[in-house]
Amino acid sequence: MEVFLQTLVAGILKGGLYGLIGLGMSLIMGVMGIINLAHGQLMMVAMYVTFVLSHYLGIDPYLSLFVSMPALFFLGVVIQKYTLNPLMEVDSILPENQVLMTVGIGMVLTEIARFIFTSDYKSVQTSYSDATFFLGEISFSIALVISFFIAVGFTLFMFWFLLKTDTGRSIRATAQDKDAALLMGVNSKRITVITFGLGSALVAAAGTVLMPVYYLFPDIGGPFTRKAFVITILGGLGSTVGAIFGGLTLGLAEAFGATYIGMAYDDMIGLLIFILVLLFLPGGFKRLTKI
Amino acid sequence: MKKFMPLILLIILIIFPLVYQNAYYQHLMILVFIWVAIGSGWNVIAGFTGQVSFGDAAFFGTGAYTAGLLAHHFGISAWWGMAFGGIMAMAVAFPFGWICFRLRGAYFALASLALNEVCRHIATIAEPLTQGMVGILIMPTFVSKIPYYYIALVLAVVSVICVQFVMKSKWGYYFLSIREDQDAAESLGIDTHRYKMVSLNIAAFLTGMAGALFMNYMGFIDPEVVFSLHDISIMAILVGIVGGVGTIYGPAVGAFVMVGVHEFFRTGFFGFFKGMAALTGSDFLNIAAKYISHAHVLGFGILVVLVILYLPNGIVGDWNKLVGRFFPFKKKEAAT
Amino acid sequence: MILFEIKNLVKHFGGLAAVDNVSFQVEKGEIFGLIGPNGSGKTTIFNCISSYYPVTGGNIYFKDQKITGMKTNKICKIGIGRTFQVVKPLGRLSVLDNVIAAAFSKVQTKHEARDVAMETLEFCGLSHRKEIIARSLPIGERKRLEITRAMATRPELLLLDETAAGLNPTELDEAIDLIRKIRDKGVTIIIVEHIMKVIMTISDRIHAINFGQTIAEGVPKEVSNNKAVIEAYLGEEYAQG
Repeated sequence: MEVFLQTLVAGILKGGLYGLIGLGMSLIMGVMGIINLAHGQLMMVAMYVTFVLSHYLGIDPYLSLFVSMPALFFLGVVIQKYTLNPLMEVDSILPENQVLMTVGIGMVLTEIARFIFTSDYKSVQTSYSDATFFLGEISFSIALVISFFIAVGFTLFMFWFLLKTDTGRSIRATAQDKDAALLMGVNSKRITVITFGLGSALVAAAGTVLMPVYYLFPDIGGPFTRKAFVITILGGLGSTVGAIFGGLTLGLAEAFGATYIGMAYDDMIGLLIFILVLLFLPGGFKRLTKI
Repeated sequence: MKKFMPLILLIILIIFPLVYQNAYYQHLMILVFIWVAIGSGWNVIAGFTGQVSFGDAAFFGTGAYTAGLLAHHFGISAWWGMAFGGIMAMAVAFPFGWICFRLRGAYFALASLALNEVCRHIATIAEPLTQGMVGILIMPTFVSKIPYYYIALVLAVVSVICVQFVMKSKWGYYFLSIREDQDAAESLGIDTHRYKMVSLNIAAFLTGMAGALFMNYMGFIDPEVVFSLHDISIMAILVGIVGGVGTIYGPAVGAFVMVGVHEFFRTGFFGFFKGMAALTGSDFLNIAAKYISHAHVLGFGILVVLVILYLPNGIVGDWNKLVGRFFPFKKKEAAT
Repeated sequence: MILFEIKNLVKHFGGLAAVDNVSFQVEKGEIFGLIGPNGSGKTTIFNCISSYYPVTGGNIYFKDQKITGMKTNKICKIGIGRTFQVVKPLGRLSVLDNVIAAAFSKVQTKHEARDVAMETLEFCGLSHRKEIIARSLPIGERKRLEITRAMATRPELLLLDETAAGLNPTELDEAIDLIRKIRDKGVTIIIVEHIMKVIMTISDRIHAINFGQTIAEGVPKEVSNNKAVIEAYLGEEYAQG
């Protein structure tokens, strides 16, 4: 019973974080209609930013949020403006231009990181990295708990933003029907740029708060992109609320998988979920086959 | 004149190793020929049929392992792998296409990526069968590169001719129709599922054979090499898009350029940096040389970005555009 | 002889009944019109026939054979061709190649396909444009290409979906002539339109629907004087005196 509760806690805490990752990708998918295959790589960049700030300037990761988030927002804006938006005008035989472009960008980001930091594993050690507190017999990692609340905080903020602000509404409008939104005066180019920036900033937050309890190396982007994709699909394409549930689901699945099946097959399980999700999406299937 | 270009090129390629005895260049050309085959295959399913695959390494690796395992487990010459490699790759393509062709666009691309990774994992885990990370080692049949050169040349030529033949036939029209508008294609009596399968299997066959040849030539393979996402699958895409998506000769041009680019990085701009470092005794240049040789993936990434932005139809596809840019006075002629 | 029949066709999208119990029969050799205001369910009926949508209820018969839910490409093979309301040219292919692709549905070799294509292009009046890349065609010719392609599949029944929309008066007359020519060749036609001039001029019989339900059926004169039809088209000026 204890083990079960412990696993449950671990799953939920991780799930909150995953929800944040999925939220970013879900926004991008909803507004631009593309799968951002560089999503994990953007997170990786944020993690390196956090590492540098911690290692060379001694800045606490949670404070780094104030740097990493704007930085990644800016990076996202640049990427969308100069590499993705232009593609909407270009006519090419290949329909998946934009997705392919994100692959290229992901590669560039990964290799630049490798160039600067080498492939060595890096980590950030803080006073609370290993600290835990106990509720009864269940241990809670303090770092993960803080991350969870930060993630929840950002998620709630995003909901307020999307529902209550003009920009947020414009984003939702563009996601629902780009042409209609255009007709109503929404500058769709600007919205796509802002959305990509927002998505990047969100995943940056996830990466930054994850640093104290995770390890970092350039290739970490790939698996996280895959996770982000699974989360987004599980929750229903482009659905922001769904991404939260998708995140929780994946967090729980991984936690229970690790506890009851074993770490050795971790990668394969992730891959299997990826494939199953791709084939049997709940509720999003129809949209897939007609895109 | 234009019509004879391929023939002239072919003659040059045939004479090449007899005239130019340098093993290094022969090696590069063998790689080029292998990539022509892979690129042509990718072009059939992606460029002509519009189903972009991110995971052609799955077929390449299957072909390579078929050849290798035949030798390793059964003592049969790996050359039989050339025939069986293609067939085994089709055996992988068939169920994959059957299940995943219901997915359109980017989702099919992701599924192919998953296929790639699954194959890699299986090859790594299934040690009794595949030797896992240890890989497969076989005795090369020939010492000199020349026989391999000609076999690879034949493979490349066969691939290009095969694609040309297919695209001029009913299948070709059907593939293009599927690419242009799948719904319209259906209404014109085209069983899109069936023909997507045909297209994929052609691609798998060519790529599988290339893999088998690779096994025979290199003598050693392991899961990381032949099922590599970046070095095989993404390279295949680059060969396709740099050369020209949806053109017959695009893959040939693309293969040549991409192998060149890869060598360019691997040797640090063909030894430029090393040379300069030696000349000036500069430490920085030495270090730079070392980094550059490992940076080919970065180069590939940048190339993907640039090609998609500026040359989306590749060198062959955007030939008129290229000519116009470099030879403005020729532009009028090309535009008509 | 009844070539084609729809019996109690129902199509729901979520809670909305886009087609609600529609039935009609089409005689061989006639031009059968299907009219209704925008959104009345006309194109949905076509999409049900060619199985782009699964049918919620009812059945479809072609030459006494039940074809409900038959695979789209098979429907073409048994002799039903269609055009699309929003034209779908095979953009990067030439006009000729578009038609050749269609011709392959009934012949085997490229030689034959080319012959059929050339013949059909001639018949439909597009031969002079055969080398042009499809997506650079103006809308009138694109619509004509849609029809040409469908004709190249040698259909017995041709479903024309709003082929007149967006055409200028000259093009409209040419389209009407072509449709008549097709019927004279022996092809039965079901034509969906909401431009009155076209439908009233060429249809032998008309079936009118609104909100997915039948509101009238008969010869053009009857239907155009039908009260429910006039109401549905409130604002439409055309009425046959």
